[in-house]
Amino acid sequence: MIGAPDVVAYTKEDEYEEEPYNEPALPEEYSVPLYPFASQEAHPWSKLSGAKFSRDFILISEFSEQVGPQPLLTIPNDAKVFGTFDLNYFSLRIMSVDYQASFVGHPPGSAYPKLNFVEDSKVVLGDSKEGAFAYVHHLTLYDLEARGFVRPFCMAYISADQHKIMQQFQELSAEFSRASECLKTGNRKAFAGELEKKLKDLDYTRTVLHTETEIQKKANDKGFYSSQAIEKANELASVEKSIIEHQDLLKQIRSYPHRKLKGSELCSGEMEHGQEEAERAPATSHPDDEPAHADPCTCRPTYTPKLIKAKSTKCFDKKLKTLEELCDTEYFTQTLAQLSHIEHMFRGDLCYLLTSQIDRALRRQQRMTNFLFEDLVEDADRATEHPGRMRSQTSHDRPPSRSLEECLIPKVLVSGSSYKSSVESVPIKMEQELREDGDKEAGSFDRQENLDYLDMDMKGSVSSGESIEVLGTEKSACVLAKSDSQASLTAPLSPQVVRSKAVSHRTISEDSIEVLSTCPSEALIPDDFKASYPSAINEEEAYADGEGAIHFHASLSPLGLPEAEEGGLAAGTAAQVDPSCCIGKESSAQLLPLPAAAHALSAEDGVVSIPPQRCRQKEQGFHVDFATDNTDPSPRDNSCEGFPVYELDPSHLLASRDTSKTSLDSCSDTHSYVGSIASTGSDRTPTSAHPAGPSSERHKKKAGQNALKFIRQYPFAHPAIYSLLSGRTLVVLGEDESIVRKLVTALSIFVPNYSRCAKPVKHWVSSPLHIVDFQKWKLIGLQRVASPASAGTLHALSRYSRYTSILDLDNKTLRCPLYRGALVPRLADHRTQIKRGSTYSLHVQSMLTQLCSKAFLYTFCHHLHLPAHDQETRELVASRRLGFLQLNLGLVNEDVRVVQYLAELLKLHYLREAPGAGPPPLRFDYVPSFLYKI
Amino acid sequence: MLRWLIGGGREPPGLAEKSPLQSIGEEQTQNPYTELLVLKAHRDIVRFLVRLDDYRFASAGDDGVVVVWSAQTGEKLLELSGHTQKITAVTTFPSLEPGEEQRRLLLTASADRAVVVWDSGTGRQVQRLSCFQSTVKCLTVLQRLDVWLSGGDDLCVWSRKLDLLCKTDHLSDTGISALVEIPQNCVVAAVGRELIIFRLVAPPEGALEWDIVEAKRLLGHQDHILSLVNVNDVSLVSGSHVGELMVWGVLDWTLKAAECNFWDPSLQLDAQQEIKLCQKPNDISIHHVTCDEENVFAAVGRGLYVYNLQMKRLTACQRAAHDSSVLHVAKLPNRQLISCSEDGSVRIWELRENQQAAAEPVPTGFFNMWGFGRVNKQASQPARKQEVATSCSLELIGDLIGHSSSVEMVLYFEEHGLATCSADHLIILWKHGARESERRSLRLFQKLEEQGACAAPSPPGPCAVLA
Repeated sequence: MIGAPDVVAYTKEDEYEEEPYNEPALPEEYSVPLYPFASQEAHPWSKLSGAKFSRDFILISEFSEQVGPQPLLTIPNDAKVFGTFDLNYFSLRIMSVDYQASFVGHPPGSAYPKLNFVEDSKVVLGDSKEGAFAYVHHLTLYDLEARGFVRPFCMAYISADQHKIMQQFQELSAEFSRASECLKTGNRKAFAGELEKKLKDLDYTRTVLHTETEIQKKANDKGFYSSQAIEKANELASVEKSIIEHQDLLKQIRSYPHRKLKGSELCSGEMEHGQEEAERAPATSHPDDEPAHADPCTCRPTYTPKLIKAKSTKCFDKKLKTLEELCDTEYFTQTLAQLSHIEHMFRGDLCYLLTSQIDRALRRQQRMTNFLFEDLVEDADRATEHPGRMRSQTSHDRPPSRSLEECLIPKVLVSGSSYKSSVESVPIKMEQELREDGDKEAGSFDRQENLDYLDMDMKGSVSSGESIEVLGTEKSACVLAKSDSQASLTAPLSPQVVRSKAVSHRTISEDSIEVLSTCPSEALIPDDFKASYPSAINEEEAYADGEGAIHFHASLSPLGLPEAEEGGLAAGTAAQVDPSCCIGKESSAQLLPLPAAAHALSAEDGVVSIPPQRCRQKEQGFHVDFATDNTDPSPRDNSCEGFPVYELDPSHLLASRDTSKTSLDSCSDTHSYVGSIASTGSDRTPTSAHPAGPSSERHKKKAGQNALKFIRQYPFAHPAIYSLLSGRTLVVLGEDESIVRKLVTALSIFVPNYSRCAKPVKHWVSSPLHIVDFQKWKLIGLQRVASPASAGTLHALSRYSRYTSILDLDNKTLRCPLYRGALVPRLADHRTQIKRGSTYSLHVQSMLTQLCSKAFLYTFCHHLHLPAHDQETRELVASRRLGFLQLNLGLVNEDVRVVQYLAELLKLHYLREAPGAGPPPLRFDYVPSFLYKI
Repeated sequence: MLRWLIGGGREPPGLAEKSPLQSIGEEQTQNPYTELLVLKAHRDIVRFLVRLDDYRFASAGDDGVVVVWSAQTGEKLLELSGHTQKITAVTTFPSLEPGEEQRRLLLTASADRAVVVWDSGTGRQVQRLSCFQSTVKCLTVLQRLDVWLSGGDDLCVWSRKLDLLCKTDHLSDTGISALVEIPQNCVVAAVGRELIIFRLVAPPEGALEWDIVEAKRLLGHQDHILSLVNVNDVSLVSGSHVGELMVWGVLDWTLKAAECNFWDPSLQLDAQQEIKLCQKPNDISIHHVTCDEENVFAAVGRGLYVYNLQMKRLTACQRAAHDSSVLHVAKLPNRQLISCSEDGSVRIWELRENQQAAAEPVPTGFFNMWGFGRVNKQASQPARKQEVATSCSLELIGDLIGHSSSVEMVLYFEEHGLATCSADHLIILWKHGARESERRSLRLFQKLEEQGACAAPSPPGPCAVLA
């Protein structure tokens, strides 16, 4: 009955198995020569922007009074990450920009030294020579032994992507402030302890001196003082003075203004805790770090005061306290945890970060419908609802927690910087809408853009790298003060600029002339292709990063990708809120100028493959930025909100991070990983083997990729996806378990959940199906056996064909109802230019979010379900309902059923009293099925 | 549709050429049951479904367990276990007090020769009777007399308090297969080929002596009587294993009419394979009979027949209603009929008036069958049949596919749809999808209102959108 399909897109199984798109190799003239300085560990693309490090990292440096700026530690603490990046040099750079560092000392009008509670300063800095951009967070810690009692430190988030730093400035600032606050709290505590010890020493010294003086007085009753006695008296006086000074210092440090803590409630507990500690006589002492003042004190319970020699020498050979000693071990480990959290949080490129931030925040507004398609909900919930649990897992208090609400909402509302940049990207068209606040920027933009060109094209080879951009301090963070000193850093660039920049970065990082000559392709490649380079590269970089493998072939694939990807990307970037939908009002109020921007923009992006929807204002605002900010790789687990357990344990903090990383790498090594996670491993929950965040992210990416492939490969992908969305069980029938599992995993992104528990997906079944299975599972991978036993399986399948759509992988057929709607084509366009799995899964997510909001609206619209008055018949209400679906929600044909199904799930979910009440009723329609073939 | 699955052009054997089984395809616009719930609690064949009240029903089967379900949500309310062997009969004993719906008693008889009385409200075992000599195969309640009867090899009469009031002698080794109440304190028991009418003699005031006396034996059936139903207190319909449908007057205990044979000799001439199938007695045995005011609906073999009591003739038939024997028939409102069969399917039929019946070929064949029946005692009938055309036809309006094995019984709940039980150990609750959806919406808004009353702001008011 079924002939072999004439056209089989994928004939080889292994082709299906592995990296999806092995598009033809580049023509010779377009091919990029291999990276000349290819080292064994780094792949050429990572050096594209001239950065000498493979991914973002956090650097802590100190301006040591003895040796000058020096790097202390990096997070992750892995030499591979920063590679050949010159940490010393960069420390010098970042430590040289602390404008605010004010020192404690004797202010003119005061007799005693005053402690300044210095606000941290936050700076964004770029170094084109190193290809590095950094968010730099300066802080000062108190050290009794240090000059002026202060030790300047800084924490820097170093990335190759300046846009990422700029746009995430506020988030970075907030997160680093927490880390800094934690450090400083610990430091205050330690400092107070140190002062107390010092006071005891002084007190003791005074007593000793006093006795000595008395003895001398008695011994020498001539009536005049010997020079010795006078010396003693002077010494005594200076000790007295010192005591007063130190008491004053102690008072100051203890009266640390509480207002500072108001903002971060997280630290208040710690603060009190710290103060309590401080007020008790500190039990711990820092061994052998006070050689000048006191002998090392080893006795724990009580501090034995030591005599302080008169001349405490501040010599350079003394050993300064380490950061850990300065801050109390407990706080230090917490800070490290927070920093590694930051590192996790900001992994991935900017586009990805922004999208997922927006996505998360929008999802927050869709609490009711989240369960339908979201599998990360639980993670988020866990992070928000059970901080106590997490705390209890650790022996220490949780490091400054960034509660989601706190940091997410501002993020969505398009933080000042990101918003501005989107404005600046489109200067001319924006003018009329944004005159009030856009004038200045728009005016300055052109100049800056020109400067940009100049900077990049002309000065690029000079590699000036001497530019510093101060972004702002805590107070002025929002105002994005732009200094003209380095236009290239502030002005977010239009796509063209970035392109040229990407190129010029290369030339900077290498010997410019040579590279230019060996790289003729740069000139030949059309703009569009150039644009696609970074993205392609980044995708692969991300893989390399996550899996320890580099797929060069695939990295060439995006050749055929014009800018249209950006369109797809844009479509996929943000959840879309229907204008007719009143749910997202709060946010749209704040985003008011954006729709206008969006319309202006949409005229610009002519290559968008997906027609602009009326409900796509939001992401359009980001459009240009997203398209251009591809410079940084590794879209990974910033969705991982909670700390993985291993990271919470401070004792394992540094060590286990590496081991976990290696374990991840080993289990995810190259191709075998693909097979394991997507085929055999996917049935077991991914969280079992890996820490939840990264693997689910990766899982998502894989699923997205395979879904994309499915969409491209099968012309009947639409009805199949429609089946899933409308709650008709899709049975994937095939002989090869791994292929079936893989496809099931991929398609599972379209399966709505019943509730917050696992998706109703069964990856692999070999026994005949029963009616219960269709009630329970919405996507089933079914084994086709060649033996007679299969007759039963097939018979059951045909018997229950009413409830199922059957995708036969071996014969490449699909049997399912007709689909003529408009929704799925948008969701799964086989001509889509989206190529990345993660991008596609975001696209799907946004489309589904939109769908969910429609379903929500439909479900909770009072008048759609209840008669307006007594006389109104059931039929009238039903017709009103249909009218709403078709006219107000704009649903065509079968799309109605999708929304109706989701609405039923919503109702069932909301009405369900007991959580474990079993699957909802199986809903089905009496509709004829059709057989599709390739 | 099996074909494309198997592939390779092999035709699945049998199905297509077997019989003119009416099929409806996937488009069933009149079929309202678009939602189903699979209820799983039994570990063996589920044979009985009995309605307890407006929203509960009980199921019982070969695993000896009785389960009480909510027809609304499909929730398992109670599980009553006390029998060690399969359950052979189930009935309910209505509570005397009108307010005590919940306390309705449930009577179950089992092959372990015990009858257990359950409190259907609590699931408590009220009493257990283990004094039976044989398996009780049928139970019936005479509400007027406030007694119930158990029929096995003999017939026993029990009071509400489970005192044995009286019993008959040993009737037969095959036992009573059906028991039906008829007026004048009589019951009809189907014993083998005979219908025996017993009269219950209630004691005069103050006395305790009950008695049960055999009043009459009705002969006529050639084979075992499988089904017995009381129609509107005027007539009694019995059906036998060889396809004899007889209508008896319950007042004068006489035979009123009979349709003797559903075997179709005319088809013999066609020399088709089907005839062989038809000749098996099982194919014409009357498994179940149900009725409404004017019609008797009989499940005969694989077919469905409608017998009009007024006209005393068959008005409609569907000889191949299912792939195999029809086990149970139930009447739905709107002249609809539901049948379930050994082939695991449940079908919904509609009885339609058919004015041009005579012109249609199917009824003609049908008449032939009646005209040249094998055993034809009622000589007048064939002649009359040939004169008058059947005035109705049974139209298939939907089928419910879910069970993988024979469907034993179907129970109709007005508001909550249908329940079917099957040999695949499952019970499926078929729901009116659109109505359920509306109901859920109502509950949703009720819940929102309740919540809104106490705390949260009123549910999002998207009504403004339309305005």
